Amino acid sequence: MVLQSLKNCLWLPCVLRTPKACFWSTASGGLIIQSVSNDVYQNLAVEDWIHDHMDLEKQQVLFLWRNSPAVVIGRHQNPWQECNLKLLRQKNIKLARRRSGGGTVYHDLGNINLTFFTTRKKYERMENLKLVVKALKALRPQLDVHVTDRYDILLDRKYKISGTAAKLGRTSAYHHCTLLCNADKFVLSSVLKSPFKGLKSNATPSVPALVKNLFEEDPSLTSEMLLDAIAKEYAMQHQIDHHITLINPADETLLPGISNKTKELQTWEWVYGKTPKFSISTCLNMVYKDSVLDVKVNMDVKHGRIEVCNIDLPEQWLPPGLYSELVKSLTGSKFCPNETTTLVTTLLRLCPQDDELHSRWRLLCENMIRLM
Amino acid sequence: VCIHRVRSCSSVRFIKSKYVCVFDKSALKFSHQQRLFRTSAVSCGQIVQFKLSDIGEGITEVTVKEWYIKEGDSVSQFDSICEVQSDKASVTITSRYDGIIRKLHYSIDDIAFVGKPLVDIEIDASKGVASEEDVVETPPMSHEEHTHQEIKGHKTLATPAVRRLAMENNIKLSEVVGTGKDNRILKEDILNYLAKQTGAILPPSPKAEIVPPQRRAEAVPAAPKDKARKIPVPAPRPIAFAGKDKTEPVTGFQKAMVKTMSAALKIPHFGYSDEIDLTQLVQLREELKPLAEMRGVKLSFMPFFIKAASLGLLQYPILNASLDENCQNVTYKASHNIGVAMDTEQGLIVPNVKNVQVCSVFDIAVELNRLQSLGSAGQLGTSDLTGGTFTLSNIGTIGGTYAKPVILPPEVAIGALGKIQVLPRFNSKGEVVKAQIMNVSWSADHRIIDGATMARFSNLWKSYLENPASMLLDLK
Repeated sequence: MVLQSLKNCLWLPCVLRTPKACFWSTASGGLIIQSVSNDVYQNLAVEDWIHDHMDLEKQQVLFLWRNSPAVVIGRHQNPWQECNLKLLRQKNIKLARRRSGGGTVYHDLGNINLTFFTTRKKYERMENLKLVVKALKALRPQLDVHVTDRYDILLDRKYKISGTAAKLGRTSAYHHCTLLCNADKFVLSSVLKSPFKGLKSNATPSVPALVKNLFEEDPSLTSEMLLDAIAKEYAMQHQIDHHITLINPADETLLPGISNKTKELQTWEWVYGKTPKFSISTCLNMVYKDSVLDVKVNMDVKHGRIEVCNIDLPEQWLPPGLYSELVKSLTGSKFCPNETTTLVTTLLRLCPQDDELHSRWRLLCENMIRLM
Repeated sequence: VCIHRVRSCSSVRFIKSKYVCVFDKSALKFSHQQRLFRTSAVSCGQIVQFKLSDIGEGITEVTVKEWYIKEGDSVSQFDSICEVQSDKASVTITSRYDGIIRKLHYSIDDIAFVGKPLVDIEIDASKGVASEEDVVETPPMSHEEHTHQEIKGHKTLATPAVRRLAMENNIKLSEVVGTGKDNRILKEDILNYLAKQTGAILPPSPKAEIVPPQRRAEAVPAAPKDKARKIPVPAPRPIAFAGKDKTEPVTGFQKAMVKTMSAALKIPHFGYSDEIDLTQLVQLREELKPLAEMRGVKLSFMPFFIKAASLGLLQYPILNASLDENCQNVTYKASHNIGVAMDTEQGLIVPNVKNVQVCSVFDIAVELNRLQSLGSAGQLGTSDLTGGTFTLSNIGTIGGTYAKPVILPPEVAIGALGKIQVLPRFNSKGEVVKAQIMNVSWSADHRIIDGATMARFSNLWKSYLENPASMLLDLK
């Protein structure tokens, strides 16, 4: 295996006007690249870039990447429904929304990601997964791995070790999948469990599955070995050299426009704002002065913003003017704890300086913010 | 004369444009027909049903997840129309035609079928019915040109209208720089190319129009002297500026600011500014910084400013008070909860350090560190953001000297600190020395605070900072 580091070569076959003869014209059939970055946003941006700019007619691409801890939701999913956002924030685990469909996955350095880029016509997921299975079996013949018709890879007919998703554009397509080598299963199961109750939505739901690391089956396996085995198999099937070219997703000269793509993937509008419309119908149990108040809350959230908000408070618990100010402020603002905190604390500045009122207000608002 | 057909779908919608007509024989069967007389000779558009093309892998149905366009929008070929999902695959459907969207056949979350119509697009009849194939091939060129294309390995993307324009002007698309999406060649690119070839006068780019003012200034004085010669006045050329106004609703942090500042308007502000010599404080901080770092805390100037303010408030408690709504009562707050204005990515927030009157400078530094890291992570809690009684805004970290800060209700005073500059000043011996100078600008509520009080408070605060050792005497 030869790892080649790229320097000043404009080698990417893309729609850019590259006057020099590039070495891609000598490599035929396929190209294997690996990211030097562990940042989920940068790596997703590379996928976008290749999808938008590379001409895959002559040459297919295999992209290998790994991420530091992150939860990645599918294009049409609801993060509140899919994961424990509070835990994510606490543990500083990133949240990303990818452009392909499918369900939610947890990434860390013990998980490897493979993206198969082809033209739209040559899009074929089963073939790709069979390639992965073949590579695994070549590495460890005793492994009981097979591909299901749901495009999962199962170990011992029971444990899911790989999930799949795909994105199709006008002329190109990509199919990517995960592969659990040595991921932290404890963190995985705790972050992928949402405590949210009373959420109704048409977002794509994830199908929970029993997972296992390949490392548990065979402790001699490492992520590097798996990456190498898969690259070797890909090289063989595409009749190319077994070279893995390293790319740096921060390199703007190599990948012009990549920093914009990376930025876009991190915006609130993309990660949260692309959530399909959903509604919340829940009950806040607020403990106030030795009694428990049951407060029903109903909200409609569209594009990540509160469209409609109804809080069923006991009469006169808050002055009616203040209640309507609260609802007015929340309507149209992001379903986001930070923004809501700013708004409600501002409103507190404008109402009478009454300790009782302030403590009621804080109690209600803190409960509301906990939902987000 | 054109026949205007009233749609039979449940949401009856009149097509707004006057020049639409439908070559649909079934329209004649309708009893409701209106004849619209047109004065302009515009060709009728043809409504084409854009069918959902094959997804691959034998998939026959998909779920519509997001529309990128709505009825009435105009689209160009290759623009994204919608996003559909099928079995873990998300597919972007792009338009095959240029035209106007007339009907969406599905709503969000509906099941759409491959081979069935997805949208109706009205295309310009003069262009003819677009072929079913994606128009990606280059127009007929010499064989040499064609191989040149292949070597480059890129496809020239251009709509049929653009290709026609190129062909009519004998332009090779391969020589035109495309500035559209996916490096697509747009009509403007052809026009620019033409301009360069023929030297035709086209609306110049905005950059070219910015004539350096100096040149004009030099030209003008010459004119009065020489009346015989006329200076040619440049003819006003139309500046092509493609920018558009953008309107968006005020939400989030901006909304909070609007509310706060509108309430602050009711407070009659007066300002008081002064200059502080921080030479000794700068030196002190240099000595203490490593000590704080050993304890894992970053020490800035703010903890000193905050503590000095609290010591001052002990002598002038009216500055730490609150006036009720009817201006009937003044409440002197016991706690000095000093707010620190923070600039985050989302906007301005003002968390406060609680009970500064019982905190040491180091305690304040620790708390500031905590608030700053929470603030930048967007994780400040409600208790951090409420209960403030007095505020300091260190705008000097960004820049500036004097400011006119706005009081944050229900407080009655606020101070804005400018940047620390090294300036020459006279010392007691009359010599010019280097001094570290910072300006402070106070604003106070003139309903209950008078200028003298503010001035005395400021002097006290200034004296603590100019001679930090004096703080030791009054520290609690």
